[in-house]
Amino acid sequence: MTESASPTEIRALERLAREVRRAILEMLTTSGSGHSGGSLSVTDLVTALIFRDLRYDPEQPAAPDRDRLVLSKGHAAPALYAAWAVRGWIPKAELATLRRLGSRLQGHVDREKLPYVEASTGCLGQGIGMAVGMALDGRLRGSPHQVYAILGDGECQAGPTWEALMAGGHYRLDRLTVIIDRNGLETDGATESILGIEPLAEKLAAFRYQVLEIDGHNFREILEAFARARATRDRPTAIVARTVKGKGVSFMENQHGWHGKAPSREEADRALAELPPLPAEEAGP
Amino acid sequence: MSAPIPPRPESLRDAYGQTLVELGAKDPEMVVLDADLSGSTRTALFGKRYPERFFNVGVMEPTMMTMAAGLALSGRTVFASTFAVFAAGQAYNQVRQAICYNRANVKIVATHGGLTVGGDGGTHQMVEDIGLMRGLPRMTVVVPADAPTTRSATRLLHATRGPAYLRLPRENLPTVTDGDFRLGRAAELAPGTDLTIAAVGVMVARALEVAHRLRTIGLSVRVLDLASVKPYDQAAILRAARETGAILVLEEHSVLTGVGALVASVTAEQYPVPVRRVGVADLFGESGDPWALLDRYGLSVDRIRDEAWELLKLRGKVL
Repeated sequence: MTESASPTEIRALERLAREVRRAILEMLTTSGSGHSGGSLSVTDLVTALIFRDLRYDPEQPAAPDRDRLVLSKGHAAPALYAAWAVRGWIPKAELATLRRLGSRLQGHVDREKLPYVEASTGCLGQGIGMAVGMALDGRLRGSPHQVYAILGDGECQAGPTWEALMAGGHYRLDRLTVIIDRNGLETDGATESILGIEPLAEKLAAFRYQVLEIDGHNFREILEAFARARATRDRPTAIVARTVKGKGVSFMENQHGWHGKAPSREEADRALAELPPLPAEEAGP
Repeated sequence: MSAPIPPRPESLRDAYGQTLVELGAKDPEMVVLDADLSGSTRTALFGKRYPERFFNVGVMEPTMMTMAAGLALSGRTVFASTFAVFAAGQAYNQVRQAICYNRANVKIVATHGGLTVGGDGGTHQMVEDIGLMRGLPRMTVVVPADAPTTRSATRLLHATRGPAYLRLPRENLPTVTDGDFRLGRAAELAPGTDLTIAAVGVMVARALEVAHRLRTIGLSVRVLDLASVKPYDQAAILRAARETGAILVLEEHSVLTGVGALVASVTAEQYPVPVRRVGVADLFGESGDPWALLDRYGLSVDRIRDEAWELLKLRGKVL
């Protein structure tokens, strides 16, 4: 969708993202393990895709011309599961099965378990390559589908990430949109203190991408970037989304210790108190 | 009785490249990827005929595998080729996750497997790939012994959904089979009851040669081509154990994780008989003439005959 979002639509997305965050916290708490920080940082981007931008019919998950979403940072699986549950694609009650034996909700997304997963991911630097392959397929078939790949910023330290980015630029895959969740932190600390990836935007431009730097928690900026990416021909787009790891929960924000950790029940209650559900508005005129 | 020196050697790589071109005509959706070795792997033959469906991605084997997976998850049959050391080594985790875990319909055709790479030396002589690849869930592994099997295996893998690894040697090999390759079936290339020699790849011709020599002195040696490494022909292995009492396994691969280890474990669990493995010890290779390397690393015809003799002694067939 290229038409710009109305203030009402933006508020609706903010309300939905709040629901998604609440669902993420609940499911991680129940599971007792999982990736809190990077799920919360990517929530608004995922919400914008699942609820507005993605041309995708959950009743026809094999439609050849569907848009593809590849979660290259597969550890943010809870964000996708929560968004699908809030959207109604999977039962909300199922979220409590995250990481349980026999669950469809694997620790990292698994396409054999759920039809909405385009590619099983988890080991970093691979989803982006699979997305490049999907975009190449679209090019060969003349299909207009958009392929989104969501990457972590720590993932931008992996060599194969840049191999795949190089291929996307070389083949001018203009239906490929790479979203980098630039929350600044990885498992052990700040990306720039561990192995600096800056200047990221310049690198991506040098790899022949249209680079859009946005606030990854601002729906207007997110949707505008998606629309620009969709409208751009002859080169792929990289969206560097500045985000906050653990976004929305004061004691998780910008704390790398919350990368691979789930909250206790008491911590979750405090977090949920900071994120009360937002009231639904009356439909606009 | 087959002749000790079978017909004129033929390139398995040429057979592969030519079969790709043939399949490309039948399957307009099929795509082929290579990582800057298309002349050596012979995918260039496909690339010349179908340039729009051929992607030479350069020196990035890991991402060749993930791109192949992405194309396959879009409904295509994908062939991806490079040398064995890069396909199974450089890109192992991409093969594992992007292809096998995703059950992507990608056929990895790895050329230059084993010691017979020759002059390039130990860095490029991949003797661990069969073990790595057969250890992957959902993976099919095929090691042809000649050009006819290469052709039929390439066609069969194209027609069979799912991940596959086809290992080819650099060197030309004599034709030793009738080319009737089936997944999960070992071809019996010579009948026998005193001993079985089972082999893959370049070693199948040597197995036939040794069997022939022993036959001239009245010994009956069965020869099995284990080209279908996974799925493997358990029935044929157990039949060989039961009917010939001992098995000698030959492979241009590490004995730690290859086909010998497979045969030894199958028989140990289900029908214990003496099994000996002729292959590469726990060593890297080195530069040299391909065939001289096989001799140097203990895969010579004489060594095979000696090992066969030891098993025949155990069986009481010779003194």
